[in-house]
Amino acid sequence: MRARARGPAVGRAPLRLLIPAFLAVAFLTLPLVALLARTPWSQLADRLTSEAVLQALRLSVVTSLAAVAVVTVVGVPLAWALARLDFPGRSLVRALVIVPLVLPPVVGGVALLSAFGRRGLVGGPLDAAFGVTLPYTTAAVVVAHTFVALPFFVLSVEGALRATDREYDVVAATLGAGRWTTFRTVSLPLAGPGLLAGLVLAWARALGEFGATITFAGNFPGTTRTMPNAIYVELQTDPDAALVLSVILMAVSVAVLALLRDRWFDVAVQGAVRR
Amino acid sequence: MSGPAARVAAGVAAVLASVPALAGCGSGDGSSSRAHGGTLTVLAASSLTEAFTTLSHDFEHDHPGTRVRLSFDSSATLAEQVDQGAPADVLATADEDTMRAVAHAGHVRGDPTVFATNHLVLAVPDDNPARIRRFADIARPGVEYVVCVRSAPCGSLAATLLRGAGITARPASEEVDVKAVLTKVRLGEADAGLVYASDVASAGGDVRQVDVPAGRRTLNRYPVAALSDASAPALARSWVRLVTSPTGRRVLAHDGFAAP
Repeated sequence: MRARARGPAVGRAPLRLLIPAFLAVAFLTLPLVALLARTPWSQLADRLTSEAVLQALRLSVVTSLAAVAVVTVVGVPLAWALARLDFPGRSLVRALVIVPLVLPPVVGGVALLSAFGRRGLVGGPLDAAFGVTLPYTTAAVVVAHTFVALPFFVLSVEGALRATDREYDVVAATLGAGRWTTFRTVSLPLAGPGLLAGLVLAWARALGEFGATITFAGNFPGTTRTMPNAIYVELQTDPDAALVLSVILMAVSVAVLALLRDRWFDVAVQGAVRR
Repeated sequence: MSGPAARVAAGVAAVLASVPALAGCGSGDGSSSRAHGGTLTVLAASSLTEAFTTLSHDFEHDHPGTRVRLSFDSSATLAEQVDQGAPADVLATADEDTMRAVAHAGHVRGDPTVFATNHLVLAVPDDNPARIRRFADIARPGVEYVVCVRSAPCGSLAATLLRGAGITARPASEEVDVKAVLTKVRLGEADAGLVYASDVASAGGDVRQVDVPAGRRTLNRYPVAALSDASAPALARSWVRLVTSPTGRRVLAHDGFAAP
């Protein structure tokens, strides 16, 4: 926007870019518009106050935010290590981090069962030693969400860390800052927008997660039936209800993104621009 | 490889085999070309997976050059797909209610034919970790059992049986179709699951069956019908004939179904 306002120096935007861009926007928005058009709005109030929907919505919000917290705690250090440390096998580690991204979520669920299920590699001994089992619990939902969301976050933050000039780290070091101080006061703030983008991506991925959740955690009202699970179940009996639930989920995500934009996005962008 | 490791491997294979069913709506449905030229598309309840797969080989053998495409899912999902215009020739559901709704919407050609019956039993892992001997044992504290979601025929039937037996203990999970329930038991992730007798037959030695007393009295009947939008109506009629023929009965009986 601003670039165009600044004057004619770069010339007119070429049609061969504008037309595909327009098609992309149309392609992405048309299904959403169609969804809204088909939604039986008269049911919205009833659904919004129904205990089952509120329960699913609450569960979805809580588990997706919990997953984002876990993702941040382990994801930032991993992204930093990938961006700043030279160690043998780094590209292998990065490849491993990306795998869950390309894995069909249902397969991710099977993989999680194989690892953390009652007879899984880790889950089996855990059950035998402490009687702790993960599947069918809300914690399992968070695990499934974390598994699918972490790669998005790590890739985004690693990219942001790489994009910031390593010279700043060097300067900080010459001024006597330790590596931890440099990370905390220089690298991380500079990567702010990327960090935020990563958080949003991870949260959105977790909120919409279905396949891994239903396979690994199961599907029971109150403990593991998230909004996407509830939508799938409704789709089998009452497609109209499924449409209404989808719109509710969409509204919640748009609302949160809008809120983020106002609260953090501008701050983060300004922070980045200031340098 | 033996013991738990082998079981996990077998279970993983089972789940992977059911992935298309879970991924559900559309994968593989939308891509078919309208010009059939000897392709028969059959949508069938997931409990029919083994029986219909066997029958599809018989069918292809009897109709050289014809290819049978099978898509298994929960009956409710299949009904929804038919309603949305999924290109298919035959529909077989696990209950009559679902078929009635599809027929009512005008998607069925002629009258549906009931070709098999099935009943719910309790499946437990072959080592039966929770030592379940009777149906009522699933109500014991600490036992994790799974059922189908109520919108699927197996789920509404399960709810009826649980109510009838006065069991109020809640399931650990409501799975989207009966094969997902079976998978949880096969993997040992559930102590028990309410599945069809045919599913226990299909699982080989991985699971054991515990009878549900009222199970045989609450049968569900499987109707099959050619669809009105069928692009291969003649093949569709042949499939219905095969399923109701002595050959069909034999295959179905082998996989744990009873004759209507």
